[in-house]
Amino acid sequence: PRRIRCCAPPGAAPAMNCRAEVLEVSVEGRQVEEAMLAVLHTVLLHRSTGKFHYKKEGTYSIGTVGTQDVDCDFIDFAYVRVSSEELDRALRKAVGEFKDALRNSGSDGMGQISLEFYQKKKSRWPFSDECIPWELWTIKVNVVNLANEQERQICREKVGEKLCEKIINIVEVMNRHEYLPKMPTQSEVDNVFDTSLKDVQPYLYKISYQITDSLGTSVTTTMRRLIKDTLAL
Amino acid sequence: AMDTDLSSQDRKDLDKFIKFFALKTVQVIVQARLGEKICTRSSSSPTGSDWFNLAIKDIPEVTHEAKKALAGQLPAVGRSMCVEISLKTSEGDSMELEIWCLEMNEKCDKEIKVSYTVYNRLSLLLKSLLAITRVTPAYRLSRKQGHEYVILYRIYFGEVQLSGLGEGFQTVRVGTVGTPVGTITLSCAYRINLAFMSTRQFERTPPIMGIIIDHFVDRPYPSSSPMHPCNYRAGEDNGAVYPSVEDSQEVCTTSFSTSPPSQCVFTVTKAHFQTPPPVVTDTLKVPVMGLAFSHQLSSSRLSYQPAALGVGSADMGYPVLFAGGLNAAHPHQLIGPGKEGGVPPIPSQPAHGTQADQERLCTPLDGVHYSAATPSSSEDTETVSNSSEGKCGSPHDLLETIFIRKVGAFVNKPINQVTMANLDIPFAMFAPKNVELEDNDPMVNPPDSPETESPLQGSLHSEGSSGSSTGNTHDDFVMIDFKPAFSKDDILPMDLGTFYREFQNPPQLSSLSIDIGAQSMAEDLDSLPEKLAVHEKNVKEFDAFVETLQ
Repeated sequence: PRRIRCCAPPGAAPAMNCRAEVLEVSVEGRQVEEAMLAVLHTVLLHRSTGKFHYKKEGTYSIGTVGTQDVDCDFIDFAYVRVSSEELDRALRKAVGEFKDALRNSGSDGMGQISLEFYQKKKSRWPFSDECIPWELWTIKVNVVNLANEQERQICREKVGEKLCEKIINIVEVMNRHEYLPKMPTQSEVDNVFDTSLKDVQPYLYKISYQITDSLGTSVTTTMRRLIKDTLAL
Repeated sequence: AMDTDLSSQDRKDLDKFIKFFALKTVQVIVQARLGEKICTRSSSSPTGSDWFNLAIKDIPEVTHEAKKALAGQLPAVGRSMCVEISLKTSEGDSMELEIWCLEMNEKCDKEIKVSYTVYNRLSLLLKSLLAITRVTPAYRLSRKQGHEYVILYRIYFGEVQLSGLGEGFQTVRVGTVGTPVGTITLSCAYRINLAFMSTRQFERTPPIMGIIIDHFVDRPYPSSSPMHPCNYRAGEDNGAVYPSVEDSQEVCTTSFSTSPPSQCVFTVTKAHFQTPPPVVTDTLKVPVMGLAFSHQLSSSRLSYQPAALGVGSADMGYPVLFAGGLNAAHPHQLIGPGKEGGVPPIPSQPAHGTQADQERLCTPLDGVHYSAATPSSSEDTETVSNSSEGKCGSPHDLLETIFIRKVGAFVNKPINQVTMANLDIPFAMFAPKNVELEDNDPMVNPPDSPETESPLQGSLHSEGSSGSSTGNTHDDFVMIDFKPAFSKDDILPMDLGTFYREFQNPPQLSSLSIDIGAQSMAEDLDSLPEKLAVHEKNVKEFDAFVETLQ
């Protein structure tokens, strides 16, 4: 995702008129990536449109969104994602960082990854643009350690079933047809949509994550790295 | 009277949208049961034939069947379009798996804009359908079809028939879209009662994921439309060539306008539900933080003015109900009139809609998860979901009993549970050669190691060894299981497991033996004084370095 400077610091509570959904999953370490990608891709499938092409007189046409099936290797599960390699790469990068942070945290393996949709509101100089979130998805992850192959096989199936439930939950939220940003004029489109991708156009989003340490308090990974580096000296 | 509110152009558009939505719905469902992964490409330039801005291929035979079933009609109250998915074994037994229903109820949303909001919501609904078709049990079954069974589809129009799904079937709602002529609802009822295979079939073929066909169905509705294999390439009746769908070339509305017809102010609220939404499990928390916010449209620019900031209230034509705080206990419903692209009155809508649904579709999930907003731990998740499934016959328990538990290769069993028949070891000559060296090597055979001799140890070491306790130093890792993965069971006494056990304790490398180890340690000790002298010489440098760190 594009790194956009935003007024709200990471970890701050969402703004007053932003709806928030929380999903929880318990997975084995090697299942983290696929489970996160499944959820994030499902949300983004619903929050992406085709590319807008503005024509004269304020009309626009919309490109076509393709979809494809993805099979998971470590979970008995399959999901549908938008056919966009750029988008997939961006999500994989974020999920990869999250997974590494979870692994390196040395804690009980708990953390959460958040997908936030926001709108930009241009402010006059000298104020910087505001980022106003309108939907926040948080996935809380609990990493479990399994002792043997038998348990792993059961975990594959159970996590697959749980993810099916999550997909149903997501779809149910999407179906409420609650607030969506108004379709923008050409000058405003970059305040609502991410127009940097060449084949699809998701709403402006950003992904962040937090690792929960064993005391239950949330510490950002940069802070932990700082502390670790200082102590190692 | 209803029609006079809707312009004729809008009415025409709406009918077209519903018709193509129905056709695309059928395509998505059938394609999801073909047994293959689907992949379509995104295209930034619209071609004008991709309905709802989604790349969904049209299989001509499927469109043909759908049109035949619809016979020029559209889904309306009491006239639903159903896609029935069933499984048919190579022996000819069949079983209904799912019924997908596209229904219409009377709840109308007069305010909604057809060409814009309805269209986009139908597009969203198709995306939801893509997602949901992968999470019902029939998806995994359909991915494995081909040899022992195939998946068939049947389209019919009229009354929904759910009796073939067996007892305790479950329902999942894909979504709804309100229109000026009614609310479109898309849902799926699916069988969960996959019982055991009868003995005659079990002898011939191995169980298919534990599915066991227990009812041999004569088609209850002989006059209804015939079944078709989803995987149309495998179908027998492929002789007919279906005309490609000219209608899909009909231009679909891909052009939208951002300039509204007039300046109006509308209020969009995140309505709080008095009853929790029907399909919510305990893991989904819906903290109602949303409040009222408003949008002022102008023809030249859009400005987003959240009411929370108190800005723009002077511009409002309608009062804004501002419920401060995050307290979910204050239900507030304010649906402002004149909203554009706004939210249909949600609290009343599902209640009305599902009431009509409930008469036909048993929705066992309604009302079960009433206390939706409770936080949960993973243990709670288990209990709540079990209690809901208890209503519908515990599918998980059923599936558990079918699951054949194989003992894993690396399962540790306590030693005393092992009973050992005498192993004849064909490869005895490959038994550890340097047995004498090992016995004398204090590293391998520490003198005071306990002589806990398991029968396994005794027979593994052939005549050369005297029951050495070679294995005892690796007590934690002795593999006693007799069924390693991929090995045949009990046909030969010598198998992969034995081989593995045989060679899991190879002799020590000589370089690791104690003599050489002792040598290098002595060398290290000798060189120490020298090293210390060097460091002492550089002590000033080290001190300076430490200074810089302070």
